[in-house]
Amino acid sequence: MRTSKSTPYLFLAPFLILFIVFIGLPVIVAIFLSLTDFDTVNMPNIVWFRNYVNLITSDSVFMQYVLPNTIEFSVIVGPGGYALSFLLAWAIAQLTRVPRTILALIFYSPSLTMGTAMGVLWKMIFSGDRLGLVNAYMIEWGFYTEPITFLSSSTWLLPIMIIVGLWSACGVGFLSILAGIMNCDEELYEAGSIDGIKNRFQEMIYITIPTMLPQMLFAAVMAIVNTFNNGSIGVTLSGSNPTPGYAGQLIVNHIDDYGYIRYEMGYAAACSVVLLLIIMVFSKVFNTLFTEKD
Amino acid sequence: MYKGHRIGPEHFNKDQIKLYIVLIPLALFMFLPLEFIFVHAFKPMAELFAFPAKFYVVNPTWDNFRELMRSARTAGIPLSRYVLNSLFVTVIVVAGNILISTMAGFALSKMKFALHDTIWSLNQTALMFVATAVAIPRYLIVSGLGITNTYWAHILPLLAAPVTLFLIKQFIDGVPDALLEAASIDGANAWTIYWRIILPLVRPAISTGMILSFQQVWSYLESSNNYVNTDSMKTLAFYMNTLANSNNVVAGQGVAAAASLIMFIPNLILFIVVQKDVMNTMASSGIK
Repeated sequence: MRTSKSTPYLFLAPFLILFIVFIGLPVIVAIFLSLTDFDTVNMPNIVWFRNYVNLITSDSVFMQYVLPNTIEFSVIVGPGGYALSFLLAWAIAQLTRVPRTILALIFYSPSLTMGTAMGVLWKMIFSGDRLGLVNAYMIEWGFYTEPITFLSSSTWLLPIMIIVGLWSACGVGFLSILAGIMNCDEELYEAGSIDGIKNRFQEMIYITIPTMLPQMLFAAVMAIVNTFNNGSIGVTLSGSNPTPGYAGQLIVNHIDDYGYIRYEMGYAAACSVVLLLIIMVFSKVFNTLFTEKD
Repeated sequence: MYKGHRIGPEHFNKDQIKLYIVLIPLALFMFLPLEFIFVHAFKPMAELFAFPAKFYVVNPTWDNFRELMRSARTAGIPLSRYVLNSLFVTVIVVAGNILISTMAGFALSKMKFALHDTIWSLNQTALMFVATAVAIPRYLIVSGLGITNTYWAHILPLLAAPVTLFLIKQFIDGVPDALLEAASIDGANAWTIYWRIILPLVRPAISTGMILSFQQVWSYLESSNNYVNTDSMKTLAFYMNTLANSNNVVAGQGVAAAASLIMFIPNLILFIVVQKDVMNTMASSGIK
């Protein structure tokens, strides 16, 4: 479309300004603060990479708990939740309309329970007294006699967080994959069967996935975002930051711990930058996996 | 010979049984927690104390919801105040979000200009923006702008949504250029084309954007927790969250369940209403 030189920028201006102020600038400020010793009271001094050096060499909580927890949580919930979304979308695409719609709604709705609802829900299920749902039924059925305090237990907290993460993994990405599969060209499947495709699994690997790489990539990005957005669930569930024995401590909580509780903003910002880098690594991996090679 | 499977078959056949065997237990695992909280919200006191807790309710009652309103009144601020705040903020954010995303999407999809590729790839990168990662710098920016303790603090941080822009732009790509050329020859300028052609044609993408933005703003806690101090200016999400976290005694459980239903149900209903449009939009959602 031909327009005058300024028209595109006029259309873009409102979005662009808000984008720069609330998305771009925070990242830049985080990078800047991470090089300082800002503590909200005194003027920040430039300390260059001291925060990063401290983070790696002398923050035993970070190295012993936060980083391993974050990696475990995000590797299982990210790629795991992504695989789950794909397989579920793929399976329900082979069903008739009514059951497909109902199941899609059931799989998608957990992702709608953000924040409050998600916390309340899982706290009731794993509550540490006899009234917690899991405890109640386990005791009733005789698996054990004394209630387990799941949410303040350093053994159980992380696994529970992973369950919650997987439970709510079928979000927008799941819908995108489902739409992609539903729009696959039928003739490809017929052609594939003539060319020697023998079962559903081969069909999925050789036809479905290659024809919907763009949707796969979008869903992958959504899976990563979803994983890190759910990162504070440990604090919600256990009701304390730091989480008991640092068992459910992820980088997001470490940032809040240093930023809002200890007011060491520079250090917290360094953690933010590390988190952003981890997110970028994940998306780089997915990008290489799903970009059409031609 | 293997014939290849039909996607979205019209009739039931034996092949599908295997799928159901796997899908039904999974669906139960996904669904039961939601079912439980739904039932829990309508349980009278006696049933809340039942051991073990039941997945059904014998004498459903609105008591928990009444209790929830009552505790708002005793806290000094009526529930209606929070509801109004939330409605106001939600309407502005959703409308603003759609307006700026469709405008930007139109420019990125149909116009040529110098910074086009830079802006688009920036937005692609920002798809994976996780706001919680930079909560502190965001707080500093909000206070630097001097909008703490105003309604702007609820609204402005949520307006630029990279995912919404992305989905809308991809959808606008599907509008034929010839249509815009024809309108342009008839003397329509860019604003007329935007208003008269683009907006009506991308309605599915707009409803998808609306629901995504609604989900975000409806449960947004950051602003009420950190940017706004005056209680009467906080949102429903904030109040529901305090209710949900304040008391862990069993009586409080019913109220907490009711509170989380109030947060969850609007999301679900809206999604069901615009479900067709969402699937339509998702068909063009791929990143190329």
